[in-house]
Amino acid sequence: MSDVLLPSADMAYSTPDAQGFYGPYGGTFVPETVIPALQELATSYQEAIEDVTFLEEFISLLRDYVGRPSPLYRADRLAEASGLGAVYLKREDLNHTGAHKINNTIGQCLLARRMGKKRVIAETGAGQHGVATATTAALLGLECSVFMGVEDIRRQALNVYKMRLLGAEVVPVADGQGTLADAVTAALRHWVERVEDTFYVIGSALGPHPYPQMVRYFQSVIGSEILGQMEEKRIAHADAVVACIGGGSNAIGTFYPFLRDVPAEDRPLLIGAEAAGLGLDTDRHGAALTKGTPGILHGFYSYLLQDDEGNPLEAYSISAGLDYPGVGPEHSYLKDEGLVRYETVTDAEALEAFALLTRVEGIIPAIESSHALALLPRLAAELGPDATVVVTVSGRGDKDMDIVREAGLGG
Amino acid sequence: MDSAGTGGSPHSLSSPGAPTPSASSSAAEASFGNPLAPAPAASRLRAAFLKGRPALITYVMAGYPDRATSLEALRAAARGGADVIELGVPYGDPLADGPVIAEAAAVARAGEGGFGLIHAIQVAEAFIRDPGVDHAPPVVAMTYMNPVMRLGLKETAGRMRAAGIAGVIIPDMPPEAAAPWRQVSQGIDTVFLTAPTSTPDRLAIVTAASSAFIYCVSAVGTTGERESLAAGLSDQVERIRLHTDLPVAVGFGVSTAAQAAQVAAIADGVIVGSAIVKRQADPREVETFVRGLAAAMRG
Repeated sequence: MSDVLLPSADMAYSTPDAQGFYGPYGGTFVPETVIPALQELATSYQEAIEDVTFLEEFISLLRDYVGRPSPLYRADRLAEASGLGAVYLKREDLNHTGAHKINNTIGQCLLARRMGKKRVIAETGAGQHGVATATTAALLGLECSVFMGVEDIRRQALNVYKMRLLGAEVVPVADGQGTLADAVTAALRHWVERVEDTFYVIGSALGPHPYPQMVRYFQSVIGSEILGQMEEKRIAHADAVVACIGGGSNAIGTFYPFLRDVPAEDRPLLIGAEAAGLGLDTDRHGAALTKGTPGILHGFYSYLLQDDEGNPLEAYSISAGLDYPGVGPEHSYLKDEGLVRYETVTDAEALEAFALLTRVEGIIPAIESSHALALLPRLAAELGPDATVVVTVSGRGDKDMDIVREAGLGG
Repeated sequence: MDSAGTGGSPHSLSSPGAPTPSASSSAAEASFGNPLAPAPAASRLRAAFLKGRPALITYVMAGYPDRATSLEALRAAARGGADVIELGVPYGDPLADGPVIAEAAAVARAGEGGFGLIHAIQVAEAFIRDPGVDHAPPVVAMTYMNPVMRLGLKETAGRMRAAGIAGVIIPDMPPEAAAPWRQVSQGIDTVFLTAPTSTPDRLAIVTAASSAFIYCVSAVGTTGERESLAAGLSDQVERIRLHTDLPVAVGFGVSTAAQAAQVAAIADGVIVGSAIVKRQADPREVETFVRGLAAAMRG
């Protein structure tokens, strides 16, 4: 396969509806000030993805700038160590800037430029989306400000430096816990003030409509490529396809083409890995789907970690990209419908998976992605030693060196 | 999922099959034919605008700095001459609010045993029962959507009615998402907000949905004091009037007596929030300040 695949316009699995609802989830719960901007965005997005010129530019940048398609790599030593027949890694870690995030920022920044916006803003947790946005803004000549919690700035100093090198302003957010959720709130508030000249590049498949749908579209290149590469490599069948879930953009990008294009009876198990942090029996985790209840945060209705009065709770994970108290609305729908299974992985399990992939394959994954890898031994127990599993490695672990060193890996 | 029990889905306009807030009672109460059905006939909120002069609407944060002081601040605002009390419900992610109100909410929530929607309704009830003035101004609750979802739409409406709350302002509930709330909130006015960015189409939708009055957000951004009023505010109010006969009240950034007088000259109501919350720890200061606003507007 030599070219980048995109989702087709006609969809059998047809979510969301015209108002941006996935079953009861999603929607638009924001102040009136930004509603006209969201409506304009929805219209512009729809026009863009029906415009061949826009798509050609998007595809050519994914190919020549990002380096797509990313390989589907058969990891035999990992399969053996996990007790599985075959493990294929979808190498989003090999993308320019080191994660899947750039698929989406290229799409959204091209759209921003098409809409005549000179300035983009973004929130970031681990810094990957911030770096991807700053990179794309540099590429397209857009002004860029990235909102980042002070705690994440501390945890991800290298990415902060990168963003500044790339010409972006990094705006520290000291509210709340100083993590991803606070950065989203700060970016949304800022957008309310500067909505007329600013495009908000949301980094995951969440936020008010049309963001979840738009991010899904731009990230669907992951799953579309997997399907094409399976055919090309004559992989007749995968038993499971696994991705980690913070907001859930690499996961929806992985799963969506399987939901849309593969009949249910042939479809592999689709499994999302949420962060269990220090354990689900503690209050230090990020497992919105497993432990949350439906509620509204950041403009959409979805499973949410919240208190009795409806205030969002602090989420926790060793990985800055997964400590978000909510989750993209489509995942809530997929959970309720039983179309995707969601499991949880603790910090310790993720670190173990991180160490294993590093040692047996020479691939250092992001700690976020390590949550997906941590499901492999469980899947071996469930599916048996001949099973074939595909794992999306959403990013690389360079940014996590300080954290894994603090955790005592590598002595 | 536990939201289906009382809160239900926020989503019913676009999916007829979605659970309604209360299947058992909604048939009798609901206005399915016109989910944006307008005001209760004998609206106490509407009456506050029928005094032959612009109404003064003062925002007080429930539970800030503590429950007792916030109740005293309500009474102080009433004594000072407020025509309507807007009672803020502390919430952890107040998207539409600036630093003063957001920080007051954080202080209120950190109080003993927490402080949320139920507690705010209790404060409103205590004020309505004993307002300390002869003609108590009606109370409109300003809350975000999620506390209402969490408590349950029907439960929230029931408690508000029992407390005597006249209306609600829910800034992150657009008219398109309001049908489930409308179905359970008979007798409670629901006030929607226009923004400077609202297109004529949006103004038509928002004004048709709103009851008692229209909340005109004067400036883009969040609540809080601003040095001067938004340019073109008068035009903004006039654009709203093209769509409705309801009174138009202007808020966001009105913080001084002089600004209140300026707004009173062009609108039917003046909403002052952060400038009051800033003084809320000392109810006497609130009374003096509100008295000054009222005098300037009526001067």
